[in-house]
Amino acid sequence: MASGIKDKVAIIGMGCSKFGERWDCDSEDLMVEAFEECIADAGIDYKEIQAAWLATAIEEIHVGKGGIPLSVALRLPFIPVTRVENFCASGSEALRGAVYAVASGACDIALALGVEKLKDTGYGGLPQRSRGTLNSMWWANYSAPGSFAQLATAYSTKHGIDPAELKRAMAHISVKSHANGAKNPKAHLRNKITEEQVLRAPTVAEPLGIFDCCGVSDGAACAIVTTPEIAKALGKKDMITVKALQLSVSNGTEAGHNSWDGSHFMTARIASKRAYEEAGIRNPRKEIDLAEVHDCFSVTELVTMEDLYLSPEGGAVKDVLDGFYDSDGDLPCQIDGGLKCFGHPIGSSGLRMVYELYLQMLGRADQRQVESPKLGLTHNLGGAPHQNVCSVAIIGRMGV
Amino acid sequence: MIGLTAFGGYIPRLRLSRKSIAEANGWIQPGLRGLAKGERSICNWDEDAVTLAVEAARDCLSCESGGPLAAIYLGSTTLPFADRQNAGIVAAALDLDEDLSTIDITSSQRAGTAALVAALDAGGTTGNILVVASETRRTRAAAQQEMIFGDGAAAFTVGTDDVVAELLARHSTSVDFVDHYRGQNRDFDYNWEERWIRDEGYLKIMPRAISAALEKAGIDGGAVDVLIAPATLKRVPEKIAQMTGIAPEKLADPLDGAVGMTGCAHPLVLLSRALEDAAPGQVLVVASFGQGCDVLVFRATERIADRKPANGVTGYLARRREETNYNKFMSFNELVDREKGMRAELDNQTALTQLYRRRDMLFGLVGGECDACGTHQFPRSRVCVNPNCNKTNTQKPFRFADVPAKIMTWSADHLTYCPDPPLHYGMIQFDGGGRFLANFTDADVGGVAVGQDVRMMFRIKDFDNQRGFRRYFWKAAPVQAGEGAIDG
Repeated sequence: MASGIKDKVAIIGMGCSKFGERWDCDSEDLMVEAFEECIADAGIDYKEIQAAWLATAIEEIHVGKGGIPLSVALRLPFIPVTRVENFCASGSEALRGAVYAVASGACDIALALGVEKLKDTGYGGLPQRSRGTLNSMWWANYSAPGSFAQLATAYSTKHGIDPAELKRAMAHISVKSHANGAKNPKAHLRNKITEEQVLRAPTVAEPLGIFDCCGVSDGAACAIVTTPEIAKALGKKDMITVKALQLSVSNGTEAGHNSWDGSHFMTARIASKRAYEEAGIRNPRKEIDLAEVHDCFSVTELVTMEDLYLSPEGGAVKDVLDGFYDSDGDLPCQIDGGLKCFGHPIGSSGLRMVYELYLQMLGRADQRQVESPKLGLTHNLGGAPHQNVCSVAIIGRMGV
Repeated sequence: MIGLTAFGGYIPRLRLSRKSIAEANGWIQPGLRGLAKGERSICNWDEDAVTLAVEAARDCLSCESGGPLAAIYLGSTTLPFADRQNAGIVAAALDLDEDLSTIDITSSQRAGTAALVAALDAGGTTGNILVVASETRRTRAAAQQEMIFGDGAAAFTVGTDDVVAELLARHSTSVDFVDHYRGQNRDFDYNWEERWIRDEGYLKIMPRAISAALEKAGIDGGAVDVLIAPATLKRVPEKIAQMTGIAPEKLADPLDGAVGMTGCAHPLVLLSRALEDAAPGQVLVVASFGQGCDVLVFRATERIADRKPANGVTGYLARRREETNYNKFMSFNELVDREKGMRAELDNQTALTQLYRRRDMLFGLVGGECDACGTHQFPRSRVCVNPNCNKTNTQKPFRFADVPAKIMTWSADHLTYCPDPPLHYGMIQFDGGGRFLANFTDADVGGVAVGQDVRMMFRIKDFDNQRGFRRYFWKAAPVQAGEGAIDG
């Protein structure tokens, strides 16, 4: 087996814009806002960046195609800039590109930046996207909430869980994330909510109500990566390194073969297993200190806890209701507020998650600070439960 | 012997209560209150004359025992395409061999019977012919026709072998009597005075043609067991019966209380309904009115007793949901410019090259069956979807349209644009393997569950109003109690 990415690349700087309805900002403003924080944190000159990856998913409603928007916004010195898109895992893909470039020795210092400007469409909810000439002729017309909602029907059917009990656990997830987001100045939604509010909210897609859905917002996040040797030479003491970067992409089995039961993500199970192996983690429930998962919808977070092997299969409802993933639980999940409170500017979400882990590892998370975390996990899902891409990244202190 | 070898029909599931029409429009047309009895069939938002025709044809073919079809004659005055053969869409949806003659017959309320006449006149020389009549007439809000009309379709196969209703005689007249007309590119009919239509139209043109047909058949009115002579005006059929020596009680139920006049399809809808109950030897006369008159005289054969379609008109009458929301009917028929929201602005341009390449998949719901492992899959792909197989170039065509399926997961979505929200969809699994995430149709809020039986129906998927195009695809419809399986 390949030796993997563990501890081969260090993160020396990160930045994250304020997420929200940034009516006053173009994508250019968001990119610069995140980058200014990042480059100051890294303590290098921007001309030392040798290659960059730009993540953005729905480019047609903001920056347009290619790597040019990033290069122009930051006036990068004619370096290679690659634009990546892989649904909601786009931000993690940018990081993967930058990390692999450094690990390969192709360059010393690389930038990964994700940005999305969703709020220029004129309507609420995720913007509609083109799906390709053939898909649009036979794929069901569906929305993200409607496709993810089906996890709930499948999950309660499979595990014999009363839909009302499942709905209560889903509500707990949203209440928990809002409590966390309320403490985060960069979050979009900073209000605490109650279980009763969640349960009473209008339905978006059966059985998901408004509070089961993450927000829609604008935002950018970025990371500068290099080798541990260069990081050390730059004077970095608390070294945060990449332990694993994995990606699993559906091959159509779930959508077209009767072997998948609709209650979980095949990709997440595969990607997380590979990531734990790459990072040398044997017992993720014990070893992972923090998780930032793709809580596009409350039910997604719930089944993801099992797909990441953090909760036993069929046991996520109990763990959630027991507070295992609360800020004071054994494994705080979405300590920054998650997609629920940050919204999901698609290209930036993966990097926003890494940003929180990075702050937490360095003890810079202020009111949200968890006691000395060493290993954290980020997880992104793009597409729909029956056909998706899933990325899992593990970030931690050097040598852990 | 030439005649009908199979029959079927289709009535859309939604039935608009006429009371709701009168309640909405009585203030401007008080006369509507007198018509506010019973209900009329209305298309769901995703149905049109083509989709109705497909369902009627499937119903008919479910009891057809003959060989391959040589032709499809589609009669309708409300076909969605002015220049793109509508019968060709029906043929593709039925996944018929492309060596087929397809013809649209239109422009008159006799279009349905004209299609049948043409097929019978071919005399079986070309092979069996599928005749379908389908109609979905739009009317102005508050027009009397809105009360009287209904949507529906009927289908027959015509041939010489295994005949269930033998043609004894037929007679046609052509009289340019313009009781109403609809000009090219006009949305609605223009109607002349009813009393004139009754006296100079129905009561002069129809009895003459019926009598001529009976004479050709060598029978008199007393020998007729069932008379089908639909008219938009009250008591006209009874008078026609009297004038032709046929006892008025021999008139077939005009289905005016449950369906309404289904335009050029109506004589054939009533004929299809009558054949369900016909006894061997019975004589059935069907007459249609529209710039003249077509009359066909049939005699049921011994085979009628054991030839029944999967659902038939009666089955589809029972597959019913009352609709009391007149506003919804107005929206479905674009009689009002209702706010649809920005999500409805999605550009639905269709790549016609792509549509053509995958036409068996998109129209016929033809997927694949792997030669190596036997896995059924949709769509058919170059590499088998079975993770334990994944062999390349092993799939032969496999049609899913008539395969029963069950709901595995579902949701009712209030976000995605749908003319009748919430939009229902979910993963469906076919008996014997194969699945895909499908839109549902004819699904009721609160009436969808995991494990529920569904069957596939050919419906409109999206409208491209910018270009006047519409996309069709197959949707999953929850099976209603008593509904027959389509296994044609």
